[in-house]
Amino acid sequence: MSLAVALAAALCLAAASDPAERLPDPAQEARARALFREVRCMVCQNESIADSEAGLAVDLRRLVRERIASGQDDAQVRGWLVDRYGEFVLLRPSFSWANLALWLAPLAVVIAGVLALAARLRRPAPADAALTEAEARRLSELLAGADGHDPALKSSRDDPNA
Amino acid sequence: MITEFGAFALILALVLSLAQVLLSGIGRYRRSGLLVGAGEGAALAAFGALALAFAALAHAFVTSDFSVANVAANSHSEKPLLYRVSATWGSHEGSMLLWNLALTGFGAVLAGRGRDLPRDLKAVAVAVQGLIGSVFLAYTVLASNPFVRLVDPPVEGRSLNPLLQDPALAVHPPFLYAGYVGMSVVFSLAVAALVEGRIDAAWARWVRPWTLAAWSFLTVGITLGAFWAYYELGWGGWWFWDPVENASFMPWLVATALLHSAVVTEKRGALPGWTVFLAITAFSFSMLGAFLVRSGVLTSVHAFAVDPTRGVLLLGILLATAGSAFTLFAIRAPGLAAGGVFAPVSRESALVANNILLSAASLTVLLGTLFPLIREAISGEAISVGAPYFNLTFTPLMVLLCLLVPFGPLLAWKRGDLSPAFRALIPALVLGVLAGLAALWFLTPRKAFASLGLGLAAWLILGALAEAAQRIRLFRGPLAESLRRLRGLPRGAWGTTLAHLGLGVFVLGACFETAWKLEAAQTLAPGQSLRVGAWELVLKDVRPVDGPNYEAETARISALRDGREVCALTPSRRFYSAGGQTTSEVAICTVNLSHLYVVLGERRPGPEGRGVWLVRGFWNPLALLIFIGPAIMALGGLVSLTDRRLRLAAGRRREVRP
Repeated sequence: MSLAVALAAALCLAAASDPAERLPDPAQEARARALFREVRCMVCQNESIADSEAGLAVDLRRLVRERIASGQDDAQVRGWLVDRYGEFVLLRPSFSWANLALWLAPLAVVIAGVLALAARLRRPAPADAALTEAEARRLSELLAGADGHDPALKSSRDDPNA
Repeated sequence: MITEFGAFALILALVLSLAQVLLSGIGRYRRSGLLVGAGEGAALAAFGALALAFAALAHAFVTSDFSVANVAANSHSEKPLLYRVSATWGSHEGSMLLWNLALTGFGAVLAGRGRDLPRDLKAVAVAVQGLIGSVFLAYTVLASNPFVRLVDPPVEGRSLNPLLQDPALAVHPPFLYAGYVGMSVVFSLAVAALVEGRIDAAWARWVRPWTLAAWSFLTVGITLGAFWAYYELGWGGWWFWDPVENASFMPWLVATALLHSAVVTEKRGALPGWTVFLAITAFSFSMLGAFLVRSGVLTSVHAFAVDPTRGVLLLGILLATAGSAFTLFAIRAPGLAAGGVFAPVSRESALVANNILLSAASLTVLLGTLFPLIREAISGEAISVGAPYFNLTFTPLMVLLCLLVPFGPLLAWKRGDLSPAFRALIPALVLGVLAGLAALWFLTPRKAFASLGLGLAAWLILGALAEAAQRIRLFRGPLAESLRRLRGLPRGAWGTTLAHLGLGVFVLGACFETAWKLEAAQTLAPGQSLRVGAWELVLKDVRPVDGPNYEAETARISALRDGREVCALTPSRRFYSAGGQTTSEVAICTVNLSHLYVVLGERRPGPEGRGVWLVRGFWNPLALLIFIGPAIMALGGLVSLTDRRLRLAAGRRREVRP
């Protein structure tokens, strides 16, 4: 178990791994690293504090590590960050009413798409069976002549799936 | 002098584009072959004029003419020639010129080569392409002219951001823009088809080569950008869900959906409305990307200098162009024929499922990019949407898609049978599950999701191969027969197989690299070493190096495995005095398909007053596959583009209709 945690702690991104910053307890260090990836470096351009070497990121990493070392859980650390900097600091937006559209839209599109497909599949075939007499005659003429097809619609012979 | 000539050529291109709109438009209205032909001529001439303008700007950069404001702001006389040339498109103004070059270039190809298109459709498409060109050229001439001179030219330029002085990034914008702007032809053809009121299998066939070409360019462009981020930004990441990356990814996702829905429209005449909708959306997303990168509404590592006025203008262009196209679509869509019916299990259904998932994925990326802006506008609260959001939303959609991909090409049109498709895929399924279980069992640390990803990658790769085997009836007849079929296989089929195979290769690399990457960092004095997995990195020494426009500290590091030197690495830190920036030059040692990735960090005071250096080492297993996969996909696109069915459609129709 402790070996797996130690290995997991070794699997992290660049800046956060600076040996000068690490926590002595590998389990706590792994938790800190996982949290870093969800915290925005506010002065950087779209980087998490795990990736950044900016001064603010270094400070935030230290503060987050201190809190974890003092026994706070992840939710407490997140709450502390949000109190201090606002929701902007979290790279993973909270699942709240204001963010509902953000979280549920992908699912809504899939459901809408599946419903549209189901509607399309249930629709009866267009009444192409009911040909007029003239159309039927034209059809048999076309079927008799080999080159009567629209080449754009006709698939080439060498495509077995066409 | 040459600069003034360039400015003149730029304005000439604008005038010619306007002429192209009027001549082709009126020519179509009056059904005059002469006017339509003149419109096509104007399209060719507009490209010629813009090529001259572009050459003039490149000349100003190569000769370091700092009396040109754009050169003074973005170049430096000590910069190597390659980066003086690439600086031509390294700035906002220059990149707009490149955008216009691609736009008129595609317009010229449409005018000069689209011989198999019906005359009326082509005339309208050329007019629409000219209209897009005119709008963007007018913007360039009036709001972002790269040829503006300075009254008081400086002695030395301010240089290009050193992060951008890189071979991959020098060629990244041309590919990306060719992809973005290639979608403009698809857009023009869609609008023309809506104007003409005719969207059928033939139309879908005309749209396909343009989509394929633009999609292939976009794939290469995005991959080059990811590769650049991987080795230049210095922490081994290659995709950050950065708004600018998203801006290029959205048109790619839509274009991928379009490629698949156009097949349904081409083969079965079904979904014409949806295909046209995607054709309009693809270029609209390209324009949205151009707007996002330049407006400063989003912060990003890749963004150009912020200028709100230009942002508003670009937003106006986007809303007017996309808005009018979508309005036209809303008017015409109800009148479009629905096309052939199909059963729940059929190639059509599989392709529709692909489209549903890709649309949901595009919307996810769009929302993830724009939602913070929307929420801030509504409630004033700022939020961030970063990688954790996309991992939770985008990834499940892609997992579903990857599960479905191998089935699609094995199902028959109209009414497919699941059991033969399933039988053909049994080996892929069994081996995929085994690969996933093996990953779970043997790889440490144990990672369930990444193991699932590896299984999925194996399923995709083997599924693509199983489909190819099915096509040539491998092992189900004499080998000679299979070989004969192999030779006769249409290029389009090869394209599908390659693209799906490439996706699998990418998933394999991405999962492996993300989950089983090893990392270590330590401050080292010369002679000391650092362990990364099985590797031992020995710092030999660090010396100062003088570059053409920078000063550097370069370390010599020897990478040992089992006590034997495998590679010698020279990572360095560069200081560019022109802009006062420091960059890190990563050293990468490729071992089979994996990368040993070494970064030289800052110098710190060590014991006895001697310096020590922070050295980071990464073992990125199978990292090369992340970039090879998309390259195979792009190759698939190009192979498909050479399919004779796409090229010979014109000749065959002429034979039929004398």
